[in-house]
Amino acid sequence: MANYSTNEFKPGLKVMLDGDPCAILENEYVKPGKGQAFNRVKVRNLKTGRVNERTFKSGDSLEGADVMDREMEYLYADGEFWHFMATDGSFEQVAADEKAISEASNWLKEQVIYQVTLFNGAPIAVTPPNFVELEVVETDPGVRGDTSGGGTKPAKLMTGAVVKVPLFINVGDVLKVDTRSGDYVGRA
Amino acid sequence: MQQWQPSASIEALRGRAAVIDRIRQFFAARDVLEVDTPALSVAAVSDPQLFPFATAFVPDGGGEPVWRYLHTSPEYPMKRLLAAGSGPIWQLCKVFRNGESGGRHNPEFSMLEWYRPGFDHHRLMDEVDELVGGILACVPARRVGYAALFAEVLELDIHCCSEEELARQGRERCGFVGELSRDGWLELLFSHCIEPSLIEPTLVYAFPASQAALAMIVEHDDAVPSAARFELFVQGMELANGYLELTDPDEQSRRFSADIQQRKEAGKAVLPVDELLVQALRAGMPSCAGVALGVDRLVMLALGAERIDQVIAFGFDRA
Repeated sequence: MANYSTNEFKPGLKVMLDGDPCAILENEYVKPGKGQAFNRVKVRNLKTGRVNERTFKSGDSLEGADVMDREMEYLYADGEFWHFMATDGSFEQVAADEKAISEASNWLKEQVIYQVTLFNGAPIAVTPPNFVELEVVETDPGVRGDTSGGGTKPAKLMTGAVVKVPLFINVGDVLKVDTRSGDYVGRA
Repeated sequence: MQQWQPSASIEALRGRAAVIDRIRQFFAARDVLEVDTPALSVAAVSDPQLFPFATAFVPDGGGEPVWRYLHTSPEYPMKRLLAAGSGPIWQLCKVFRNGESGGRHNPEFSMLEWYRPGFDHHRLMDEVDELVGGILACVPARRVGYAALFAEVLELDIHCCSEEELARQGRERCGFVGELSRDGWLELLFSHCIEPSLIEPTLVYAFPASQAALAMIVEHDDAVPSAARFELFVQGMELANGYLELTDPDEQSRRFSADIQQRKEAGKAVLPVDELLVQALRAGMPSCAGVALGVDRLVMLALGAERIDQVIAFGFDRA
């Protein structure tokens, strides 16, 4: 991979830092009038998702990271890995481990398209679409006729995720959920 | 907003004009002479951390191009005026620094620079405080030594602290990646950990002798000789840099040579040094203190602007 100098640290650039692939989020130029110039950079570690502030001497460089986001369809889980297939007609498949799946396991449904982040060809993160539709498998019986809202109760979805839903929701209902907040949006 | 439009609001430009008006009145009331020195000169400043823009003069009708440098500050020619007997002088001008662009940096910016024969840096600090205090309507600046500030904010004794310890602090506190010189570590810790905490006006003086630039080396509060240099910070932002000026031509030549050496070691271009400044010092420059102040930043503080291009009619990307 090519090397990138601090002046090329634009938001979105993927670089290697401490052995992990990271994405540049912000890059601020800091220079004392009579002193060394620095770049204060906000980076997201693409493996852990953690955001850190790091500082570099202006002009220093980092190696680029071979990171690619691909649209992939979720196929199945085998107990250890979650399997995805490319939607570009290549039928290429990858297996994501628990670390790569992380929170996305709450929102996995077969045949739905996810964004899989590949580092050197291997999945390191899975991002669900903003909204997914999932079936309720467990909740207290619905209160008939109460469609006005007013109260909520927990409902367990087919993925195991638990969301707060209005009282009228029943087992077997398919719900639209916002994966960014984990909020119930409506009945699908 | 469209690209042709100014990056500053018309209201901000009115505020800017009002600040410049105050500056003009300030020096008129004190009988300091306004001067205007060349923006293009044969030599550049030797400062290893400054990069001038270069351009070529080509005689009309053709001929050998002659290199000229856009000034990064009007320091050298103003000192030549002092040596020629000008008395106290001030100048407000555009200066140019290659590579410096960001939220608080525009590659061309407005600098206010003034010199006071007979003043030492303490007396000049009083005057800086008066000018800035008047414009920003703020409390008088607190004065604190560079080393005392490191002890206070970071609990570091910079006089006996090893370079390894400075590096450890720099990596830990600032998430620094890479290598630096001893002064580099100090500058890192200062600009990232100390400067942001200097919200109330603060005049920092007695810089390490290794960061003297063109200031005299004297003894301050402790027995360690330090640079008779000061800087003003307001709202966590560097605003001004002043010296009890070096007047010794031999020491001036030595500092030029040291700067050239540092530029060579860092693999940076070596630029012509200003022999005329050394000649002026040899002829005799009165003992004086001088200071440079970033006017755009002063306007930012006066108007509460967050970015420098909000107080410049057309920021660098619209120029």
